[in-house]
Amino acid sequence: MSKFHVTTQVNGDEVEFLCDPRETLLDCLRDKLNLTGAKEGCGTGDCGACSVTVDGRLVCSCLMLGVEAEGKQIETVEGIADGDVLHPLQKKMIEYAALQCGICTPGILVAAKSLLEKNPNPTEEETRYWLAGNLCRCTGYDKIIRAVMDTAADLREAS
Amino acid sequence: MDYHSPASFAEASALAANATGTTRFLAGGTDVLVQLRSDLVTPDTLIDIKKIEGVSNIEQNADGSWTLGVAVTGAEMSEHTTLGQDWPGVVEAMDLIGSTQVQGRATLTGNLCNGSPAADSVPAMVAAGVTLTVTGPDGARTVAVEDIPTGPGKTSLAKGEVVSAVHIPARGENGGDAYLRFIPRTEMDIAVVGVGVNLRLDGDTITEARVCLGAVAPTVLLVEDCAKAIIGSTLDDTALEALAEAASAACNPIDDKRGTIAFRTEVAGVLAKRAAKIAYARAKGEKA
Ligand SMILES: Cc1cc2nc3c(=O)[nH]c(=O)nc-3n(C[C@H](O)[C@H](O)[C@H](O)COP(=O)(O)OP(=O)(O)OC[C@H]3O[C@@H](n4cnc5c(N)ncnc54)[C@H](O)[C@@H]3O)c2cc1C
Ligand code: FES
Ligand code: FES
Repeated sequence: MSKFHVTTQVNGDEVEFLCDPRETLLDCLRDKLNLTGAKEGCGTGDCGACSVTVDGRLVCSCLMLGVEAEGKQIETVEGIADGDVLHPLQKKMIEYAALQCGICTPGILVAAKSLLEKNPNPTEEETRYWLAGNLCRCTGYDKIIRAVMDTAADLREAS
Repeated sequence: MDYHSPASFAEASALAANATGTTRFLAGGTDVLVQLRSDLVTPDTLIDIKKIEGVSNIEQNADGSWTLGVAVTGAEMSEHTTLGQDWPGVVEAMDLIGSTQVQGRATLTGNLCNGSPAADSVPAMVAAGVTLTVTGPDGARTVAVEDIPTGPGKTSLAKGEVVSAVHIPARGENGGDAYLRFIPRTEMDIAVVGVGVNLRLDGDTITEARVCLGAVAPTVLLVEDCAKAIIGSTLDDTALEALAEAASAACNPIDDKRGTIAFRTEVAGVLAKRAAKIAYARAKGEKA
């Protein structure tokens, strides 16, 4: 089986890896680039734990092949904090205790950040629909939604 | 599995024509990857069509009709400023597919060619009269969407044929379309029944109509009796009842835990009425 040489940008850095065409972007991020923030909850597009953005578009990295990443710009949860300084969304998630086991959290952060970039002033309904593809078995969602809404309000005030 | 990313549809078609074993085209991959991961279908040859020029374009032609590339995603359709004004039913049907993440990848053509009888965008496309350009080893042909599905997971596309463009007709005056589905949850579920309606008015009277049902038979159904039931009417109660009856009569659904035969048959009638009302209001220029 021939391997593909892929060159892509992850969180602003140019990276290269070799992959079998059957490997997903999620496999490549976790196993080749050691970026284990994105999680495999289901592998079938249902849970959103593997969420990343590709050229600014929110996608499930389990539903995209590694070879498809060639020439793209990928953002993962590892790129959200600025060094040791947490992103406002991360701070709010902690403040609101919007996580328990934490498996869904990287996906929620990537998805919520993408929402706020597109829509700085979402309604609660818009936020819930946007995050409908991010399942959480622990929190009951309410704290997550409140953390996102509150971050949005803070960011609007700050800007 | 061999992976190819050809630069033209002719090349894609030639690759598929010469391939042995199982071949799949890769658009958004939201069906292909799920089937690959669950070991349902591991293609021997996978042909990614996203590197072909123009596949992400949404263009309105001089006559008002639309040409969409085969890699245009649901998100790109929803974000387009005027496509949804012309064809709100087609856009809302596509938008119902999956989550935000799935919307970032899923395409109309993938939804159609995957061959699910419950595919949400298909009844809306059939009602709207959408046609496709199909490129094959012998050149290109034009096919109506309703002629593609032949059964669950099956299409009429021959070996070596690839869909190369999607054509939505010009909206024209006094027209409206709508799509509704029933699912047991509010998001992220497969249609138990789907109904697409597209119609045109002269004053208050319906002069043209196309009604298409999804998830109630092995393929989507373009139901002529439904259209007949409302053409010539002002969508009064008698016409609506006749429409519901025709829709229920056309159903030949499966019986499963998500919807019994009786339930799917009844709901098809109810949704046909509701979708027709929305399409009618839209044709009158009302927001619906
Ligand atoms: C979590 C989740 C939720 C979903 N929810 C829904 C839903 O609510 N409703 C619904 O209808 N579907 C749903 N789906 C299914 C899927 O997202 C849709 O069917 C989608 O539109 C498929 O498009 P795609 O571009 O990803 O197709 P792909 O996976 O790329 O391709 C699908 C099929 O089409 C063929 N194909 C693709 N392009 C071409 C072409 N140009 N010419 C010929 N054949 C081609 C491929 O060979 C393959 O067989 C869901 C999927 C997931 C993972
Ligand atoms: S692992 Fe990708 S959606 Fe669950
Ligand atoms: S915190 Fe456990 S799944 Fe969300």
